[in-house]
Amino acid sequence: MARDFVAALGAHAVVTERAQLRTYECDGLTAYRCIPGLVVLPETAAQVAYVVRRCAEESVPFVARGAGTGLSGGALPVATGVLIVLSRLTAVRAVSIDDERVVVEPGVVNLDVTRAVAADGYFYAPDPSSQQVCTIGGNVAENSGGAHCLKYGFTAHHVTGLEVVLPDGSVERFGGLAPDPVGYDVVGALVGSEGTLGIVTEATVRVVRTPERVETVLAGFRSMDDAGSAVSAIVAAGVLPAAVEMMDTLSIEAAEAAVACGYPPGAAAVLIVELDGPADEVAAELTEVEVLCERAGAFEIRVARDADDRVAIWRGRKSAFAAMGRISRDYIVQDGVVPRTSLPEVLRAIADVSAETGIRVANVFHAGDGNLHPLVLFDASAGETDAAEAVSERILELCIEHGGSITGEHGVGNDKKKHMGRMFSPVDLDVMQLVRCAFDPANLCNPGKVFPTPRLCGERPGRRSGVHPVQAAGLGEIF
Amino acid sequence: MTVLAPSTVDELAAAMRDTGSSSVRVTGGGSKRSWGGLASPADVEVSTLGLDRVVEHADGDFVVTVEAGARLADVQRAVASKGQWLALDPPEPDATIGGVVACAASGPRRLRFGTPRDLLIGVTVVLPDGTVARSGGKVVKNVAGYDLGKLFCGAYGTLGVVARCTFRLHPQPRASRCISVVTDEPGPLVAMLRRSPFRPSAVEYDGERLSVVVEAFEAAADAQAEQIRSLVGGSVSADVPPTFGVRPWADGEVGLKATFRLGVLSEVLALVPAGFRVSAHAASGVLWLGAPSIDAASLAELRVSVAPYDGTVVVVTAPDEVKRDLEVWGPVRGVEVMRAIRDRFDPDRRMNPGVLDVI
Repeated sequence: MARDFVAALGAHAVVTERAQLRTYECDGLTAYRCIPGLVVLPETAAQVAYVVRRCAEESVPFVARGAGTGLSGGALPVATGVLIVLSRLTAVRAVSIDDERVVVEPGVVNLDVTRAVAADGYFYAPDPSSQQVCTIGGNVAENSGGAHCLKYGFTAHHVTGLEVVLPDGSVERFGGLAPDPVGYDVVGALVGSEGTLGIVTEATVRVVRTPERVETVLAGFRSMDDAGSAVSAIVAAGVLPAAVEMMDTLSIEAAEAAVACGYPPGAAAVLIVELDGPADEVAAELTEVEVLCERAGAFEIRVARDADDRVAIWRGRKSAFAAMGRISRDYIVQDGVVPRTSLPEVLRAIADVSAETGIRVANVFHAGDGNLHPLVLFDASAGETDAAEAVSERILELCIEHGGSITGEHGVGNDKKKHMGRMFSPVDLDVMQLVRCAFDPANLCNPGKVFPTPRLCGERPGRRSGVHPVQAAGLGEIF
Repeated sequence: MTVLAPSTVDELAAAMRDTGSSSVRVTGGGSKRSWGGLASPADVEVSTLGLDRVVEHADGDFVVTVEAGARLADVQRAVASKGQWLALDPPEPDATIGGVVACAASGPRRLRFGTPRDLLIGVTVVLPDGTVARSGGKVVKNVAGYDLGKLFCGAYGTLGVVARCTFRLHPQPRASRCISVVTDEPGPLVAMLRRSPFRPSAVEYDGERLSVVVEAFEAAADAQAEQIRSLVGGSVSADVPPTFGVRPWADGEVGLKATFRLGVLSEVLALVPAGFRVSAHAASGVLWLGAPSIDAASLAELRVSVAPYDGTVVVVTAPDEVKRDLEVWGPVRGVEVMRAIRDRFDPDRRMNPGVLDVI
């Protein structure tokens, strides 16, 4: 196959050297590594289709990869498979401000969509924190969110059309510039399917009018509970901020050490509330938010004076993950969701787990939608890895116990498939796999991700007993 | 025809198992019974009306879980007690949640809040063989597993029965203002509005009058309404005009839905055949059309003429004798994949036969 690919795509687009292949052995989650059998870097959708068609003919598994920033091992290669890297499909194919749409290839960087329309007063709303490097193809696969999705929604709300190379190598289009495509919402099914249903070669995305006014509030609290009650009060008042972010003492400490963000000294929790929209509306909301924060016990409230000041406030929050290196040798980034009203209880439970185990946990999260990003701090050289992983898993259990989710934006990928059975019944998962079987009956497209147990596509859901037929057939390892 | 009327999800699952190899028609409030393709007779009717509970209103989380047979209006009443609403406003009276989801029914405020697919965060479905499955959950932000809810929105019950839905809710607006202006050229006004800093909840056009609804805090709503009025003209009122969001057809007439890219409202309005009344979600690329009847040639012509605008036209409703002669759905992009999905969920094609016959 390597020879075919060199002939069709050119030698520069095919990687076979083991040392070079190693570059692609993991994505943003480095705990899982696997050297792919072969890497191809196509430059056109037709080349992607060719590669997939050849894989289908030879029953070779394939995995799509964008910028490799994913945090769940969703782009983890298969040792006997082909890794299809989409970073060379970088064209912005069309910008139509009148239609509020941009058509891009999958290798276009998230922030470049905004750059393509900013001069016209528009932006692309989903803003994962990796938006300077992550690409739209990966965003579509993961249904990426970001700090501002509380108000603007996720990638699923902003994709109206897709061109997809299906697992048999055929190319199909779904949706387009217009809303409400006829038939099933296949675009909706594809977004967030983590690269298991096909490879996106073009996405049509919605862009949104840049708000007239933006206000960013930084409030310091004496306790996480106070900050939490401020969030509840803001939401209950009917204010829908663009973003509501919370950080605890430990994450503030790390951020201060890394970027000297100058958050209120002595704060046990800080809240960042961003409001945007028409000027009058934002002005009214700003007053309300200040009052509600004060009433909830904020001892210092700062409103960004200008764009620079806003960047300064966000700097602490955005550096939080990387800043953990300042206070801990190693750390695990967790991604779980709880109903917003359960936040105080879950945070106390996390603190208890931390106290019991002696493993520190720093909390940084999207408070508006209950999306926690606990950072579990540990020292691998001191043999704390297992204990840290246990704490991290305990946090996910807490999320499930409180009616939440095991992932809000990082995806299931390879990392969390083992937890899917705690959130969904075997039948739920079987029914989801009916969708997979409709697209990929041979199970070649990003195999081994999302689902804890593969299924053969001839089975009916809910009819499973004894050993899984895949295992019984001795095929377990190939998935 | 046998009618089954389960009142719990378990009973619904048992009822579906009992249908064996029979063909099944799923019904709710009946408000969209005439929607979709020409329904062929079914052996069994499964009514969701017995599943009418508001299961849980987690008001602090702005989330509600309801059964499919609950009427949208009743759900709105239930959540309104906490100052919230489910931001879906299709105009059909008596519509049930299941029908709204199955038909992906939308109304004027889709401009701001989207359609059922955008607000549905969790779903329990019953497959034709009685298998009960769940996807999503009770939290807004959640990317665990495939989103079956998206597939069931607009599937017209052909993949299985929607049994229970969890939706994201929104705060009820504190104040609402409608700027209304008479115009036969709404296109440029809508384009101007879209480029403005304002974010109306709805922009509707009924063929004569453009109505722009802003919803915000009292003072902000007043201020925005005044600014929008100075931009597009007309007058400001607390109420919307009587035609606002109303489908432009009567019972027994033909209703069409055209969708197209956002920037071509004027061009598409110019293509409306003589004798059709219109109602447009003017800033959303959606136009509803109504007339006593339409023939196959005119429908085909309309489809050809909107195609350059990435446009589609579907027949939403028509009397059976008219539907018989029409291609109700028209061309479907990606139909092969849809057929493969349908084959997996309903291999014997027992569910709502005829209604989505194009897939």
